[in-house]
Amino acid sequence: MKVSRTETTLTHALLVVAAIIAVYPLVSIVLSALRGRDGSIGLASFDIAWERGGFGSALLSSAFISITVVVVTVILVSLAGFALATMRVPGGRLMLPILLLGLVLPYEVTVLPLYQLMSDWALLDTWWALILPQIGLSVPLGVFWMRSFFASVPGELLEAARIDGAGRFQTFRLVLLPVAGPAIATLSTILFLFTWNEFLLALVLVPQDPLVQTAPLALSFFAGAGRTIDPSVTAAAAVIVAAPIVVAYVILQRRLIAGLTEGAVK
Amino acid sequence: MAVTTATRAVVAGPRGRRRRSPATAYSWSSLLYVAPALLFFGVFVIYPICISVQTSFYAYDGLTVATPVGAANYVAVFTDPSLREALLHSLVLLVFYAALPVAIGLVLAGALSRIRIYGLTFFRAALFIPQVLSSVVVAVAWRGLLATDGPVNDALRAVGLGSIATSWLGNFDTALPAVGAIGTWVQYGLCMVLFLGGIVGIDRSLYEAARLDGAGAVREFRAITLPALRPQISIALILCITFALRNFDIIWNTTRGGPGTSTAVPSVYIYQDAFQNRALGQASALAVVLTLLILVIVGLVQLALRERSDVGARSRRHSGGAR
Repeated sequence: MKVSRTETTLTHALLVVAAIIAVYPLVSIVLSALRGRDGSIGLASFDIAWERGGFGSALLSSAFISITVVVVTVILVSLAGFALATMRVPGGRLMLPILLLGLVLPYEVTVLPLYQLMSDWALLDTWWALILPQIGLSVPLGVFWMRSFFASVPGELLEAARIDGAGRFQTFRLVLLPVAGPAIATLSTILFLFTWNEFLLALVLVPQDPLVQTAPLALSFFAGAGRTIDPSVTAAAAVIVAAPIVVAYVILQRRLIAGLTEGAVK
Repeated sequence: MAVTTATRAVVAGPRGRRRRSPATAYSWSSLLYVAPALLFFGVFVIYPICISVQTSFYAYDGLTVATPVGAANYVAVFTDPSLREALLHSLVLLVFYAALPVAIGLVLAGALSRIRIYGLTFFRAALFIPQVLSSVVVAVAWRGLLATDGPVNDALRAVGLGSIATSWLGNFDTALPAVGAIGTWVQYGLCMVLFLGGIVGIDRSLYEAARLDGAGAVREFRAITLPALRPQISIALILCITFALRNFDIIWNTTRGGPGTSTAVPSVYIYQDAFQNRALGQASALAVVLTLLILVIVGLVQLALRERSDVGARSRRHSGGAR
């Protein structure tokens, strides 16, 4: 296309600036964490933050909660999405708009009753107080995602399975699930991210026991109480909490793009 | 991009493809497949909403017997000065959390639509970083950036603007815009990534034709880029608006609604009324109003940016090609 070289350069410069601004705050906490109070450079702040903030157990809690939510949700929504895409479900037309509401809902409207529910079930300050509601809250996105994937599978595939005498569940398990891998992987990534980062529910449902608190909640308490603490220690805590997600993002980002391009070629 | 596809799937969902293999009769056994997901959704989403609506008509401290008060809690939402102020703050934050990111995204997308972009994958990954970080990490990072002796003030002093350097999050006049700027930072990358995805799918020959007709950059943008991005703009607005109105995490972890009440938003009062002041009825009414507000605004956006059949057919084909 005929656009002047100057314009191409300027636009790229703009893009570079936008990207630097997007990354800079993350870089700034890393730098500030590495720079000790006395101006020395080292990992001392990380030691202090790790010790005082209890981030070992917080990261473990976050990992257990997120993985459980993702695994259970993916199973539930694959079944539901399959049914809604390939069968005439009684009430199906009613289910979709209601699920759609669930997508834009503020958690604020559910969090107080959830607190009372978990209190009645004596589950407050346990991992389950976060796992159970977050499965429910992940259902709308998951159902829409899997339904739209299953609806995009060529009808001939289902037809062939039926002719071969496969029952519904067999068709689901042996024909559709094997081709759903990439769709499920992407959905899992998104759900994992949402669950890992959820803050309000954690603040309300596991406020007391440091051993079940998630990483973002532990960071919030640590940074909130620590206005007097050395800022580089607070920054180190933030880096500890951000690190697993950033590392996972860097890896999955590549895989995601590879998956997309391969999918396009086929 | 993950979220692009997610939202696209979601938006295309309800009026998407017709169901295939349309068995004429309802399949009752299909309910077995749907039931487990719906059970979780019902117990942990629908039931709590119903309880919130019910509680909103009572005066309730969570311990003693609740007394019905009719619509008094709702009247308070619109008459109590501090709650009205909070709703007003939300509207201001809509500018920072939704209008600005979409505008920045569109301007950059317009510029990028005119050239061949090198390193798109890399830029996309970088621009998306604010979206994957925990909001608490974001808050901690920005507290450092905006602190009295932080990099933002250092930069201002370096260019001779030291006189306006301040504790951005601690000053009554600057706290709300400062919190807003954090939201702009979180969201503009998402908007850009969404729009870049749309632009990749625009037929390049449209631009060639426009240029042969002597169209300039602005006309090109208005005639080709903007209409083709209509679905992405709609998705971006919906995501940004819900993010703005739901906003609790960033405010709670930067200012707690302060100084004074200068950054208080409905979600902060919902949390405080419910868990600190034990005014459960008031908290519920505010939560219901917030929910309705989000539904109405999202509905209006969808209505305003609904794809016209001709434009829709074209952009759908493009987004299909992009994948």
